[in-house]
Amino acid sequence: MSQPSLVTRDLTVRFGGHVAVDHVSCAFTPGELTAIVGPNGAGKTTYFNLISGQIRASEGRVELMGQDITRLAPSARTEAGLGRAFQLTNLFPRLTVLENVRLVVQARERRGFNLWTMAMGHRDLIAEAEAVLERVRLTAQRDQTVSALSHGDQRKLEVAAMIALKPRVFMFDEPTAGMSVEEAPVILDLIAGIKADPAATVLLVEHKMDVIRSLADRIIVLHNGALVADGPPAEVMASAVVQEAYLGKELTDV
Amino acid sequence: MMRILSGDSPKSALLAVLLVAILLSLAFAPFLFPGSRSLETAARICIFIVLVASYDLLLGYGGIVSFAHTMFFGMGAYGLAIATDRIGTSYGALILGALAGTAVAGVVALLTALLSLRVRAIFFAMITLAIASAVAVLVSQLSGFTGGEDGMNIRIPRELTPAFRLFDAEVLGQRINGKVVNYYLVFAGSLILFLTMLRIVNSPFGRVLLAIRENAFRAEAIGYRVVYYRALATCLSAMIAALAGALFAIWLRYVGPATTLGMEIMMDILLIVVIGGMGTMYGAVVGTTIFVLAQNYLKSLMGGLSEATAGLPLIPDLLNPDRWLLWLGVLFILSVYFFPTGIVGRLRGTR
Repeated sequence: MSQPSLVTRDLTVRFGGHVAVDHVSCAFTPGELTAIVGPNGAGKTTYFNLISGQIRASEGRVELMGQDITRLAPSARTEAGLGRAFQLTNLFPRLTVLENVRLVVQARERRGFNLWTMAMGHRDLIAEAEAVLERVRLTAQRDQTVSALSHGDQRKLEVAAMIALKPRVFMFDEPTAGMSVEEAPVILDLIAGIKADPAATVLLVEHKMDVIRSLADRIIVLHNGALVADGPPAEVMASAVVQEAYLGKELTDV
Repeated sequence: MMRILSGDSPKSALLAVLLVAILLSLAFAPFLFPGSRSLETAARICIFIVLVASYDLLLGYGGIVSFAHTMFFGMGAYGLAIATDRIGTSYGALILGALAGTAVAGVVALLTALLSLRVRAIFFAMITLAIASAVAVLVSQLSGFTGGEDGMNIRIPRELTPAFRLFDAEVLGQRINGKVVNYYLVFAGSLILFLTMLRIVNSPFGRVLLAIRENAFRAEAIGYRVVYYRALATCLSAMIAALAGALFAIWLRYVGPATTLGMEIMMDILLIVVIGGMGTMYGAVVGTTIFVLAQNYLKSLMGGLSEATAGLPLIPDLLNPDRWLLWLGVLFILSVYFFPTGIVGRLRGTR
């Protein structure tokens, strides 16, 4: 088994008296897709926010590729190799589809402080952004502003941005939320494509059990902020504690 | 051509025509519009285009609201005035003063930005208001250094004053005196500064600023350290404003609190940016030209109209030159109502 790329040790955050994430220790390895499940309010998104830096931890550590990133700003964590897609669509709404991806490539190549060249003169960045758009099949929408896109295409664009970022660790927070039954498989195919790279570590917060079954190598379950189960999908879904905490009702639905 | 404009085409035939007309009018102002008053207006337009564009860099591109822009403008002007006062009249003193004022503006902007931009954009606006007020008080109190409320007269090299003749012959019916030379210094300086800003907003850095304005949270998440980008934008904007201030001081040969630091000028800048169109750069050109012309000639126009309608009831009173500010206000409200994205935004057909 390869070295873990992302590790959280006793990661905890309190909001006043409420413990939203409670001493979660977990390691994620390249080539593995881990689904994070749990009922609403279990702390899944908060756990993600602690890892990607939108929220500062009250206690514990986050390590990326062996480096302690607990105190770093979100942008510095991204530079270190973390990629985060958000639950609510989070793009640059008045910029074009191409520009949204181009900005990601530009960030990755660290050319943002270049003041004296033309942005459109950096042909390599544009070419790469176009290649990513081709991969997610958004080439036709290249010059549209994001706010004019359908919800499904916006979610596709978020995945495109993640691909353009080329992180070591991909974090998806309900990537198919609000998508139609026809659109969702496109996103799932893209995530499966990312997972196919043995160097990629993928974390996925997801509610849909069929999605988890088809993609996940491993499931961790959060309940009231604490890690209550961790293991291969079949094992976790069968465990009594999980049935009780969360999955029981959902499993009979599927 | 597109290289000079940094690839930022006007994207509207009418806008292109307007810009060329403004450029040509300013370039040949001493010959097209003889007379000291029109030259005064032309120089003011040049300098305010730079001042407003530098504010647009901050507000329209960076999404940062500042009330200290006139303070930076003043720093450039005072830097020049104090340098010539202490060192004596020479081109070296002019350059040194302008650079010193610009450096001070850059440092103050950097400190303000790093202290307050981390927290929240609205906090930055409040801080800039406080600092600008404090500096304005300081300038009027330290009268030994700054001339206080009276301001300072600046003695500039003779070649830039009306007493100087470049040569005896007339060009297009105009004597080329030092005032004309001075005007071309202002014009060239403004043109260079404007093209520099156009270059900056179309660079990778300018694109990041737009991204931050659109969604700072997202910009941070994809790896841009937002606070550093905002700080650099604040510095650049402040330094360019200071250089515009230095040009203004050379042109007026005077600097005082009311001409550079006043809140009214800050309000004018805000109005022009909104009227012209935020985040376009060209909005500064069109907006400033219209605004300064209105400020200078609306009064005379209204005087004429008032006399012409002398026989009618009420109308002459409404058009009385004393009411010019009222009409400027009406024009402003109408333009914001009909062109919410500014004149340039409207001409480009963006909503």
